[in-house]
Amino acid sequence: MQQISRRTALALGAAGATLSVLGWGRDAAATPEAAKADITKFTGGKAATEGKISIELPEIAENGNTVPLSISVDAPMTADDHVTDVLVVAEGNPNPGVATFHFTPLSGKAEASTRIRLATTQNIVVTAKTSKGAFYTASKLVKVTIGGCGG
Amino acid sequence: MADTPKIRVPKTAKKGEIIEIKTLMPHIMESGQRKDKDGKVIPRKIINKFVAEFDGKPVFSTTLEPAIAANPYLQFYAKVEASGTFKFSWTDDDGTVTTAESKIEVA
Repeated sequence: MQQISRRTALALGAAGATLSVLGWGRDAAATPEAAKADITKFTGGKAATEGKISIELPEIAENGNTVPLSISVDAPMTADDHVTDVLVVAEGNPNPGVATFHFTPLSGKAEASTRIRLATTQNIVVTAKTSKGAFYTASKLVKVTIGGCGG
Repeated sequence: MADTPKIRVPKTAKKGEIIEIKTLMPHIMESGQRKDKDGKVIPRKIINKFVAEFDGKPVFSTTLEPAIAANPYLQFYAKVEASGTFKFSWTDDDGTVTTAESKIEVA
């Protein structure tokens, strides 16, 4: 129950901040529900186990226009046991989608880094799929001082 | 913005080594969320796909959304077993594909 109320509060906060500070009207902010819908599409409704994934993000991002993000999934990356796809969603951006990484055994490691835009303080949720059809998930909260992608 | 991508791939590696690859593509990554002075939405224009191959075999690829920062930077890894050529490609919303290559000697 605690989880639900925290998420609801976050959704309201994110939507409010986005609309008032950045003035998005046409495209309302994504909500944890929209992000969840993306994840469900990715997993095909299968449950994802917590763990195996580490997410590197600054605790406080002063500039939401460029926030360094690294994800890493603990996997052997052999031909018959490797991470195939990793979905990254942001719960408080205008659209939840951030990126979907695709790995192969030739990747060597299921690890990637990029720089992302964050509109407001929010959770980043990472979901990984393995070649054996298992799903793993992890999330991390980032505090954003100045939101990106508005204007 | 027909800039050339920057790539960093080691020139040599040991057989079976996992090497680090860094790429940066100069691009505005217009999110489609911003408005111009007259209040009109500036149309979205982003790099929506990146692919890395080694001698034609897929190594790493990603779809990119407007939430990827301008000048998309990507760092990832590759396991190399023999000498060959990495090929990288970036696909723009307008269909333009920019490519870059890098050879590696594996001893």
